[in-house]
Amino acid sequence: MTNLILFYFFAGLAVLGGVLVVTMRNAVHSAVFLITSLLATAGLYLTLNAEFLFVVQIILYVGGIMVLFVFVIMLVNLDVALHQVQFNRQTWVAGLLSFALLAELLAALALARSSSTGMQLLPAPHVPAASVQGNTEQIGTLLFQNYVIPFEIASILLLVALVGAVVMGKKRI
Amino acid sequence: MIPTSHYVVVSLLLFTTGVIGVLTRRNVIIILMSIELILNAVNINLVAFSRLVGSVEGQAFAIFIITDAAAEAAVGLGIIIAFFRNRETVLADEMDILKW
Amino acid sequence: MLQEAYFILSNYIWQIVDGLVIVAIFPLLAGYVVLLERKVMADMQARLGPMRVGPHGLLQPLADAVKLMIKEDIIPESADRAIFWLAPVLSVFAGMLSFAAIPVGPGFLIADMNIGLLFIFAVSSMGIFGIVLGGWASNSHYSLMGALRSSAQLVSYEVAVGMAMVSGLLLAGTLSMKDIVGYQAHSGFWLVFVAPVGFVIYLVGSVAETNRAPFDLPEAESELVAGYMTEYSGFRWALYFLAEYSNMVVVGSVATTLFLGGWLRPFAGTPAFHFLDYAPPLVMLGVTGYCVYRIPKQTGWDQKFIMAIFTGICFVITVPLAAALPHPVAGWQAGVHGAFWFIAKVMAYVYVFLWARFTFPRYRFDQLMQLGWHYLIPLSIVNVMGVATAIVLHREAGWNPVVSIGVTLVVTVLAALWLVRAGERREQATLKSAA
Repeated sequence: MTNLILFYFFAGLAVLGGVLVVTMRNAVHSAVFLITSLLATAGLYLTLNAEFLFVVQIILYVGGIMVLFVFVIMLVNLDVALHQVQFNRQTWVAGLLSFALLAELLAALALARSSSTGMQLLPAPHVPAASVQGNTEQIGTLLFQNYVIPFEIASILLLVALVGAVVMGKKRI
Repeated sequence: MIPTSHYVVVSLLLFTTGVIGVLTRRNVIIILMSIELILNAVNINLVAFSRLVGSVEGQAFAIFIITDAAAEAAVGLGIIIAFFRNRETVLADEMDILKW
Repeated sequence: MLQEAYFILSNYIWQIVDGLVIVAIFPLLAGYVVLLERKVMADMQARLGPMRVGPHGLLQPLADAVKLMIKEDIIPESADRAIFWLAPVLSVFAGMLSFAAIPVGPGFLIADMNIGLLFIFAVSSMGIFGIVLGGWASNSHYSLMGALRSSAQLVSYEVAVGMAMVSGLLLAGTLSMKDIVGYQAHSGFWLVFVAPVGFVIYLVGSVAETNRAPFDLPEAESELVAGYMTEYSGFRWALYFLAEYSNMVVVGSVATTLFLGGWLRPFAGTPAFHFLDYAPPLVMLGVTGYCVYRIPKQTGWDQKFIMAIFTGICFVITVPLAAALPHPVAGWQAGVHGAFWFIAKVMAYVYVFLWARFTFPRYRFDQLMQLGWHYLIPLSIVNVMGVATAIVLHREAGWNPVVSIGVTLVVTVLAALWLVRAGERREQATLKSAA
């Protein structure tokens, strides 16, 4: 029961935050609601017993990426931009198509739930053996044993992004 | 225990919101933020299904996706700053020069 | 539903009480840290400091709090009201939430998370938003400049601080705050003696993280008025202030837990030093005695009365410490003594902050960034590799722990010296090219 209340709280906050990100006029307000949404997602991870991911989400997304976003918004903030039209010409078509996509995905989910070949085939959710070995240790073992090469590639990706960002930030390009 | 389908529905809603944001907004920064929303929706799915199958591999992949999001944000925002310095605009439909 | 609520209440009643105590008591405590700071500053500048409100200025925090609360609450005309309101709240939220994972004593711990240290790191990284959004919402150039400076500074120094934490974590092998102290109790030495370079990096980085002098560029009054706080006044300003001091206590607590042995007594495992158990009650008794000695020297019966009240408070703290003496290793006795040592260590750490503030001149912003990026971050990476090598040498190759730590320490210090030398060369090269 408590779990369910927490889930609905975080889920509602995440979705509401997401909707407000898209509809807000001022980019800083959007960023604040994106932070809300990301924090609520971190809460959802907690309800899934993924505490390491909860922390990674806050440190990297909220404490890293979003600071970058807010920083850039402040650098490029224009008062003029607030009075311009915020949505482009394809808004109605795009919105309709997106809702069609949502309806289709929801229908697919409903079908999968009702059919016998869908989710029922997967084993029922069980509590992972977090008590034996912490979630952090499990992920660490997995990352450094099974996924060493993807891990290293990810670090190279970050290096490339770092260099790219520095080049982009130079005075003249 | 909350059923996995609940998480999938949340993820779908976030995903669609993100898609709408990418397709309809003019401000590039908000488009980038909508992309973050989409990536987040994917992460929720990965973690939910990782619980369903009882292993943490999905969480490991979620960490890769977060890394990816960081790289994307750094480069994307760098491009936005460089563009803003030259053209004084952050609106996507005014970025139509094709060549510097 | 009701049953579940009852279940939660009955199981987590102490956590809730602990949380309420921290939220209720800490602002007052922060006020007294401010008083302490003013007294230390006065001492270093050979003056008396606040003396008017209460004996020795002991009621000054209360007077300050009342003053700040009844001040007019000003929101600038063109400020973004919602975010202007939100920013200081976020700052305090981030500062206070970290206390959830800090083990003050063996028993006084709100949540024993197995990701405790990362949790504190994550929550305190959210404090940046309080500063950045506050600076932006004020719609003032001073505020915006302060906010931009601070976000750049905090993001840069977070890397060095995180790497310094990793060097301690590698040794302890756990993220749980309780187990980190447990490891230090078990192994018999504080991690500061194994990873001294990490501790120094953490010390410098945490000064920068809390925006304290000499790294208080975001609020450098000679350049930016008050930085991101320029447009804030009254209670909101007090919230920022509270956030700053709670951040100080939080970084002090993390350093204490990770490097200085948490709630452990110095030489906790050595029987020859068991006489140190008498220190807590004796120290508090000494303070009580000094207070008694000061009572007749106060002017007026009201001052004498207030001094007597503070004497009583000191005595009330002395009693459980003395009562815990016969058997100070288990149960509530250990909790009381542990809390004493923990708070004493945190206060010593905070004292270093104050000491640095009144000793060093403020850095220039480019020097600050240079210190972070050119010296601290490379050094912290070298330090992590050094500690990891020492662990492998000791645990896999079977070296003597002292030798393996000593060798890697020498290498790390050599790397630090090389970094400093390279930096000097770079400086000379730029000077030459400028000339």
